[in-house]
Amino acid sequence: MLLMGTTVVNTGTEGKTWGGGNQPLKASYGKMMMWFFIVSDALTFSGFLAAYGFSRFKFIETWPIADEVFTHVPFLHGQELPMIYVAFMTFILIMSSVTMVLAVDAGHHLNKGKVTIYMFLTIIGGLIFVGSQAWEWATFIKGDFGAIQTKGGNILQFVDNNGHRVALRDFVVAGPHERERLDRNEGVWFMSEGTLPTYTVEEVVSGLESHENILVRTQDINEHGHKTILSREESLKQIKLNGKHVVEGANLHVNEYGSPLFADFFFFITGFHGFHVFSGVIINIIIFFNVILGTYEKRKSYEMVEKVGLYWHFVDLVWVFVFTFFYLV
Amino acid sequence: MAHAHKLEILRGLIKFKSNTQKIWGVLVLLTIVTSVEVVLGIIKPEALSGHFLGMKILNWIFIILTLVKAYYITWDFMHMRDETPALRRMVVWTTIFLILYLLFILLQEGGYIQEVYTSGYLKRDF
Repeated sequence: MLLMGTTVVNTGTEGKTWGGGNQPLKASYGKMMMWFFIVSDALTFSGFLAAYGFSRFKFIETWPIADEVFTHVPFLHGQELPMIYVAFMTFILIMSSVTMVLAVDAGHHLNKGKVTIYMFLTIIGGLIFVGSQAWEWATFIKGDFGAIQTKGGNILQFVDNNGHRVALRDFVVAGPHERERLDRNEGVWFMSEGTLPTYTVEEVVSGLESHENILVRTQDINEHGHKTILSREESLKQIKLNGKHVVEGANLHVNEYGSPLFADFFFFITGFHGFHVFSGVIINIIIFFNVILGTYEKRKSYEMVEKVGLYWHFVDLVWVFVFTFFYLV
Repeated sequence: MAHAHKLEILRGLIKFKSNTQKIWGVLVLLTIVTSVEVVLGIIKPEALSGHFLGMKILNWIFIILTLVKAYYITWDFMHMRDETPALRRMVVWTTIFLILYLLFILLQEGGYIQEVYTSGYLKRDF
């Protein structure tokens, strides 16, 4: 092959497997890199979910039961409907995955009109999902029934004789409070605190004393898979002896539904997933405008849609696992 | 551009006429699996609360159904079915091996700490 003569050094591998210019995987560079990014991102999510499993196995006997935590559906106030809302969210995400793969398919046929419509529907689906997740967070943070946290950090909730949950507002009367919330403009500039609970522990104690039918429910799961309900005497004793804080709702420090770790992982994992959905929507919007502008029409290839599609399906894939491990198992 | 799609799912049990039709078919399958999960999650049948390999049978069902869904999302939505075996193995085997390893280590350790909490000299109920 020394037709050009002189200084060109040949390796003698031209036209062979390692001679370059080969595509053994029959996939473009961009698509392969998207796949390898997805592998690493999958491992990140598995790390989070495995850490969730670790903490759950650590506190297996007292872990919150997801069915009792996520029971709310918008516009259906006061009804206990476990799983319904999250099933809706799952379906929305699967649906937007379907419109995405239809967009990819239309791209293979160089059908600009159809790609535009399907990309648009995918973006709408993503936005509905992120909005739903925001609502889910807001409901979780706000809380529903309220609880008492003990000195040891355990959560004590309240139920009536039939085992139905009772909210603090239904039996506790808030008296005049001397404590005011400390804010930065009240004292020293670096000192402030979060919202104070509506009630004090003493008010909860007197509310419990005056309502004969209310019992305390601990976090311990009994052999039937339900939380343990204490006797009336035991309930009063526990609250008086160990009650330390009133907890309403959940944040990174306290959690009225049970172990604070549950709330921490909920915020972290669904938050990280929600961030992926959000960035997926942004990327989809960019690609959507490129489609409208005819960028890929000129290129005679809609492979960008396919690459973004891979990412979008991956977000759906992760949600399938989050759904199982946070809401089902 | 010719894009060859494999149009069979369930090992050739169902054959689709076009790629679009396959997409809708997979949607139906995913919807059925999700509905089964949700219904089982709401009623939690007593019959499935027995234990198998240290975990409730119901939880095993949930995990297996999740893996089924993951398979169809990856194989049909992400077109893994149409990639070369080398690319498929690189992505799938690596991920599955590392995840199994991670899960084993963390869950084993979590179970050990739980044992120390319950049968050791630590008091958490106060």
